[in-house]
Amino acid sequence: MCLGIPGQVVEIVDIEKQLAKVEISGVRRQVSLACIVDNEHPLEACIGDWVLVHVGFAMSRINEDEAKKTLQLLMELGEAQKEIEAMSESLSQS
Amino acid sequence: MKYVDEFRDPELAKHLIREIESLVLQIGASEKEPLQIMEFCGGHTHTIFRYGIEQLLPKAIELVHGPGCPVCVLPMGRVDDCLALAERPEVIFATFGDAMRVPGSQKNLLQAKAEGADVRMVYSPLDALELARQNPSREVIFFALGFETTMPSTALTVLQAAEEGLKNFSLFCNHITTVPTIQAILESPSMRIDGFVAPGHVSMVVGVEPFQFVATKFKKPIVISGFEPLDILQSIWLVVKQIAEKRCLVENQYLRVVERDGNPVGLKAMAAVFELREFFAWRGLGSIEHSGIKIKSEYAQFDAEQRFSMPNLDVADPQSCQCGDVLKGSIKPWQCKVFGSSCTPETPMGALMVSSEGACAAYYNFGNLPQIRAAKSSNSKEQSKILS
Repeated sequence: MCLGIPGQVVEIVDIEKQLAKVEISGVRRQVSLACIVDNEHPLEACIGDWVLVHVGFAMSRINEDEAKKTLQLLMELGEAQKEIEAMSESLSQS
Repeated sequence: MKYVDEFRDPELAKHLIREIESLVLQIGASEKEPLQIMEFCGGHTHTIFRYGIEQLLPKAIELVHGPGCPVCVLPMGRVDDCLALAERPEVIFATFGDAMRVPGSQKNLLQAKAEGADVRMVYSPLDALELARQNPSREVIFFALGFETTMPSTALTVLQAAEEGLKNFSLFCNHITTVPTIQAILESPSMRIDGFVAPGHVSMVVGVEPFQFVATKFKKPIVISGFEPLDILQSIWLVVKQIAEKRCLVENQYLRVVERDGNPVGLKAMAAVFELREFFAWRGLGSIEHSGIKIKSEYAQFDAEQRFSMPNLDVADPQSCQCGDVLKGSIKPWQCKVFGSSCTPETPMGALMVSSEGACAAYYNFGNLPQIRAAKSSNSKEQSKILS
């Protein structure tokens, strides 16, 4: 919960709700970008960005190298697998 | 240096360890009177055990594992409240998977689900909101849990529900805050902490400023840290260096994620939806002033505590379970009477064994103390007896 997981923004799905599709370790899910957009970095500029996702919300923009290192750490801790499983289960019921 | 090769930059790790060793000598700390450094966050605890960071450090440094695992510090009475909500026929109870196996006084959410309660594991509060949209005739209650890291997500979800005018969505709010808890630890007469490794992702939300009081009021060094083993090693080095140089300030080791002012959008949403509770009870630490969060009256329609009745009782932990003593740091996990015997990650009695961020689960999974090996081997013998 507190570690988050890195992903890459691939598509904006709802401009009003600031929702995007983010690819996280091969799983695509809807993520809110509300916490990382501002006038300097508007929603449409987020495509391709690497972000740190906490419970469905992108909370920080990170660089690609950092994203890869973080994912590797989460794999070694066994946390990435848990997050991805939780994401897949959560998606299948709604 | 058994584990050092697993670090991304083993040479840097070795260099940091040598630096820490020489600073500790300079300070004059010893195994008998070690420097006590607390890592507050359960994510840090997990990394520390996975990479054996404690074994790499000089014996004159003792790492004290803080209460920063929101699942672990939830008192049993709150779990009973969850169960009461989940068992209402009109309710869909949505929760993070981490909370499913936390024991209440009679059972846990997993057992309630098996008995017919509609409990759904969700990854995000947004998924709970979607359940509410899809099930207009049911009441969807989201079990909101976590420190400041997850607060923006629940606050923004409530704002979204309000915007859509959803009438069947509410939160059972159990968010807790970091800063008053660190203050309570510093004011506790039984604790003697020389410095802190501060939580990286809480700081990502709240920024650097809220931790200033640790340095100014309590004169202790505090370093905001990332989660890589090298981050933690470097943060410990920065804490020890401050002690050696008799300085105390807030340093930010996790610059690549933590900005000085935190996350302004998240903070604004939190301020709109939440306010501090006067008190909140923590497992093991008792009641801490201003450490819990509730929903403001403007959003009362999204507050499960105001909309549904629940037992709201104080329930003491089972006597044999010593989670409280472990949380306070007065005993190590393996010194608990039930550690590794009747309390294991598969059949946890106490919350610290449930979550991978709990100190007991971390010790059990990664610790290599003779006591743990003995507990594990007697366990597997018992299991093989049962099987044969």
